[in-house]
Amino acid sequence: MKSNTDNITSSPRHPITSLDPRINRLDLKRVAEGEQTASHLVTWEVFHQEKRGKQPTHAGIVHASTPEMALMFAKEQYARRGKTTNLWVVKTSDVYTFSSEDEEIFETTPEKTFRDPGFYKVRERIEAYQAKNKI
Amino acid sequence: MYGNTSLTAEEAKVLNASVEDPQKLEAFEARITRGEKIEPGDWMPEQYRKQLIRMIEQHAHSEIVGALPEGTWITRAPNFKRKLALIAKVQDEIGHGQLLYSAAETLGKTREQMLMDLLSGKSKYSNVFNYPANTWADMAVIGFLVDGAAIVNQIINSKGSYGPYCRALERICYEESFHLKQGHDNFVYLATGTPVQRAMLQEALNRWYRPLLHFFGPSDRDSQHSEKLMKWRVKLASNDDMRNQFLDQYVPKIYELGLTLPDPELKKGDDGIWVFGDPDWDEFKRVINGDGPCNKERIEVRRYSELAHRWVREALLNPNEKYAIPMA
Repeated sequence: MKSNTDNITSSPRHPITSLDPRINRLDLKRVAEGEQTASHLVTWEVFHQEKRGKQPTHAGIVHASTPEMALMFAKEQYARRGKTTNLWVVKTSDVYTFSSEDEEIFETTPEKTFRDPGFYKVRERIEAYQAKNKI
Repeated sequence: MYGNTSLTAEEAKVLNASVEDPQKLEAFEARITRGEKIEPGDWMPEQYRKQLIRMIEQHAHSEIVGALPEGTWITRAPNFKRKLALIAKVQDEIGHGQLLYSAAETLGKTREQMLMDLLSGKSKYSNVFNYPANTWADMAVIGFLVDGAAIVNQIINSKGSYGPYCRALERICYEESFHLKQGHDNFVYLATGTPVQRAMLQEALNRWYRPLLHFFGPSDRDSQHSEKLMKWRVKLASNDDMRNQFLDQYVPKIYELGLTLPDPELKKGDDGIWVFGDPDWDEFKRVINGDGPCNKERIEVRRYSELAHRWVREALLNPNEKYAIPMA
């Protein structure tokens, strides 16, 4: 893999006069030539439970090096407003799924109507029986 | 130019000339025509992936860089209520950047690479953030009108074909509606305040009028079209259509306060199309190519954050962990 160093151009630096006094206090030049290295914190899938008794649902991901840190970031990212009971984090690499080409294995499931309550209809049979036997 | 694709002639040529496996392409396009979303593990044309990464990444950078002019005013907000709202808004913007980086990551480009490409100038961000926020009234104009323009763009894009981007945008639009409301509140407060406050707001409005017209990118007459991007639901509305929608929604809200816009030619035609004076597209090109009032400051500040705090991330890094592409 290409080093991230390759992508930093060393542009000529000029002192910046910002409207922001905090920026003027930074020693921008000091770090401008800093060394670049690639580093990736792993990703965690975040699940959010809105209310006690409700199903936790997938909310998104965060980058973190430990589960504790992932949970802290998840709180900032996915529980800033509204209600939250709890959050779960699971390392992305620990989630095992079907590949998307396997989607067809679920294709015929909706056709299995014998698994649905609506499949079982007896009213007509009852009425026919009643008519025939004068009940 | 927020989450908006803008192609050069060369890029349009490459895109239009790209060839894919016809059978897979047909199934892919049929899925989009049926209104289904494309998910990270699905087969997709190389150019679809490329254009989406570029668009989502650019959108993410815009959120991060966009927080800088507003962050400037946190320490100088006029009262506690405004300070709370501004801190919350700036935190949201950074959160939006993170959500969008995650969506782009599902397409295979790492977050580190995107951050590096912002610093090197390889990736762009919205031009509107290369202008300074001179006074507190700029906070009102940004919160109300820049966020208003962003919402027009983001609601349209949330109807696109790529699942992770649409999901991120839905959450973003929900939060942006708070940004818009607090911006409007601030805007109305200044407009109905003392003569000094009103004058300050009018001056800020005059400063932001042009950058706002530039926001949706060059006129359709001067931009490269790609039927493919429309068909793949990567681009969903033309620049001029989005700009017109924005003017239609927001100009009346400026006029109802007795404020003006610095453009004698601005008016709505009988056909419902707004006409406006030349917003100086040469300036747009100059700023996008790095020669705006704040381009240098924005990138230097990002570079500072990235490099001065890198040791923290390196200290946190677990060398035995392997990075995996996020799933959704």
